[in-house]
Amino acid sequence: MTQSVVVQVGQCGNQIGCCFWDLALREHAAVNQKGIYDEAISSFFRNVDTRVTGDGGTISKGKICSLKARAVLIDMEEGVVNEILQGPLRDVFDSKQLITDISGSGNNWAVGHKVFGSLYQEQTLEKLRKSAEHCDCLQCFFIIHSMGGGTGSGLGTFLLKVLEDEFPEVYRFVTSIYPSSEDDVITSPYNSILAMKELNEHADCVLPIDNQSLFDIISKIDFVVNSGKLDTTVKPKSLVTSSAGALKKQQKKPFDAMNNIVANLLLNLTSSARFEGSLNMDLNEISMNLVPFPQLHYLVSSLTPLYTLADVNIPPRRLDQMFSDAFSKDHQLIRADPKHSLYLACALMVRGNVQISDLRRNIERLKPSLQFVSWNQEGWKTSLCSVPPVGHSHSLLALANNTCVKPTFMELRERFMRLYKKKAHLHHYLQVEGMEESCFTEAVSSLSALIQEYNQLDATKSMPVPDIPRLSVAV
Amino acid sequence: MSIVTVQLGQCGNQIGFEVFDTLFSDSHSSQGLCSKRENEAYQASCKERFFSEEENGVPIARAVLVDMEPKVINQTLSKAAQSGRWKYGQHAYFCQKQGSGNNWAYGYSVHGPRHEESIMNIIQKEVEKCDSLSGFFIIMSMAGGTGSGIGAFVTQNLQDQYAHSLKMNQIIWPYGTGEVIVQNYNSILTLSHLYRSSDALLVHENDAVHKICAKLMNIKQISFSDINQVLAHQLGSVFQPVYSAEGLFHYRRNPLGDLMENLVPHPEFKMLSLRNIPQMSENSLAYSTFTWAGLLKHLRQMLISNAKMEEEGFKDPALYTSWLQPVDAFNVWKTQRAFSKYEKSASLVSNSQFLVKPLNMIVGKAWNMFASKAYLHQYTKFGIEEEDFLDSFTLLEQVVASYYNL
Repeated sequence: MTQSVVVQVGQCGNQIGCCFWDLALREHAAVNQKGIYDEAISSFFRNVDTRVTGDGGTISKGKICSLKARAVLIDMEEGVVNEILQGPLRDVFDSKQLITDISGSGNNWAVGHKVFGSLYQEQTLEKLRKSAEHCDCLQCFFIIHSMGGGTGSGLGTFLLKVLEDEFPEVYRFVTSIYPSSEDDVITSPYNSILAMKELNEHADCVLPIDNQSLFDIISKIDFVVNSGKLDTTVKPKSLVTSSAGALKKQQKKPFDAMNNIVANLLLNLTSSARFEGSLNMDLNEISMNLVPFPQLHYLVSSLTPLYTLADVNIPPRRLDQMFSDAFSKDHQLIRADPKHSLYLACALMVRGNVQISDLRRNIERLKPSLQFVSWNQEGWKTSLCSVPPVGHSHSLLALANNTCVKPTFMELRERFMRLYKKKAHLHHYLQVEGMEESCFTEAVSSLSALIQEYNQLDATKSMPVPDIPRLSVAV
Repeated sequence: MSIVTVQLGQCGNQIGFEVFDTLFSDSHSSQGLCSKRENEAYQASCKERFFSEEENGVPIARAVLVDMEPKVINQTLSKAAQSGRWKYGQHAYFCQKQGSGNNWAYGYSVHGPRHEESIMNIIQKEVEKCDSLSGFFIIMSMAGGTGSGIGAFVTQNLQDQYAHSLKMNQIIWPYGTGEVIVQNYNSILTLSHLYRSSDALLVHENDAVHKICAKLMNIKQISFSDINQVLAHQLGSVFQPVYSAEGLFHYRRNPLGDLMENLVPHPEFKMLSLRNIPQMSENSLAYSTFTWAGLLKHLRQMLISNAKMEEEGFKDPALYTSWLQPVDAFNVWKTQRAFSKYEKSASLVSNSQFLVKPLNMIVGKAWNMFASKAYLHQYTKFGIEEEDFLDSFTLLEQVVASYYNL
């Protein structure tokens, strides 16, 4: 079994990371009743004997002693990380996994990337190497960060390059939170576009998510749960936001529910690699199947069902609804409409009591309403994991490599250009050593090239499937 | 003579388990409907082929399990051990920590060479346990990375090291859509390599087996385990002992050799398909009786429709290629012993145009994707270049053309 290391950078990255570890513990506690340290748990946790000081004390078999997250927590402020260390999850981390500063990046990508990047490079690398050494077979780094700020965006993407140089064979999956258009950080378009160039060049897969979509999904769940229309049949806790049974007792902050959605995304993404199933999907299969060209590695995700009904027996109709919803635009974790755009590839990762025939029936049913690129008319990848999410019978994560991400990128470019034309706030960046105007022009042309690639694919949308002449052989 | 089975990847290991379980339960079933002596001969023959004995009396499958990822192997080993009736050899498996990620190139060019020695050693140990070796039965899918890539690599190695033993590959043909996106690439690479190193490719299409589950077995919610059981039933029906003619006292001893001798007349034609009747749900089984005439008629209709019934129906020269006499092209092997839960059953293995259509489809789809160069970077990363793809396309276009021109 392989292991993964989570690298959570900046305020947003650490908050989501915190939810992730909370839910990951809850999930493994529910599956693993005996408290034996097994391979499934080992994918995200080390088992450590805390009585042993120093680097020893790692236990590979037997009873769970003390679980430590395979994580590196990085922030250039102390607030969030300190809060985690004082909270219920404090025992999951130790001080060797943390890097903090006190000054913050001031919402400036250049400060995060250039200043803190080089300042903390050695220290970070040492911690990353240490976490890698603890793994038996390290397969993947999960980087969680936001695009709009300074630390997550700047330092997070700096680390991406460091990881690529240091661990070229380990996959880099990036969960990036994109700023919404009513974002309160004025410089967020600059930060996002500068970060995008790094994502283009150094990530294997990016899961773009925007806060607005998460917020809309929460409102939708609240509406159904509280509307009273279905009150007798709807479970009060939603699948994707619930933290029932987790260490944190209440959802104190409004962001908690939103962060839980992202945490659940990561859990479902890795479930088939961690648990048994009749059709496994390892993490390396994700990029193999969903990334036809190296740059086009942005995957739009959706989680369904958003809420579950109380009765346990699922009529096929409701199961089918779960599949239909995964393609509707209100369920995407980024504002995008995959149904009316072009699919390059699509993965359906199912958990729980669902069989291959359910999967096939729904693919057949949905296929006519979706448009796939001419050379990948059957671009479906599927997996069946037998372990459902905690407290639920089944769930679906859909990943789409679809041209519907383009509008988000275009809007970002527009907002960037609006600022850049006036050279607004530019001096904050240019005074940082190593930053030049060319950094901005190169970043924007990198993004434009990406948009252009999506445009070219979109242009093939209404054209008939070409019949390419085959090789002819002499008989 | 014995057969050493090599089960590769998730699919190969899951099916391999079902095959051994089917063979074992069938040979120990109390519903053989034949004389005691007959039953004993049948059991002994089955055992010689597929199981070796250990001191404590639990038969051990003559199998080697290979996967690059531990989950499925662990599950398979423990399922067999828990059955208490048979098990896998203690050291007869090889697994690694990280799978091939649906990448044929990774399986063939990275995992294969890296673990060549270990895998071949385990196979050799299994071969040494056999008094005489009929050949290898290699179970794999062609869609993924491990079964297909390492499967092709291992088959090639077997061809080099055991040139005189027969190699039959059981290939699971993926669903038309929905399993693995790069399945058409993986498939053409697998098929073209196996065509060079294997003696026969026995093909099962997931779509066809799925249909059997839905239509004949009447299963509402079809799981992979249902599909694998149908597959195992079909394979079992062919590999269990039979007589080649009336009045013989010994079962055929060389199952692989017999099949190849009769079914693979020319190296250009290596693709075999298998049909088996009856297959039905337990419920309808209770209300059914079978006659040989009815079964054979049915079977023949499955091969090609409209003609007389009984065995005579298979003697029509129009069914066969002009360069073979019906007597040479068609053989019947029988036994009194009933197979599995059916009182009478029949299986047909054919080398025919049956598979040319799905093959043509896969080559066409892969070619279409290849023209846009999609996903190629994933293969060149591990040393499989465009020319390698072109070689595979050329070989398979040749196979398609040959079958079409029969």
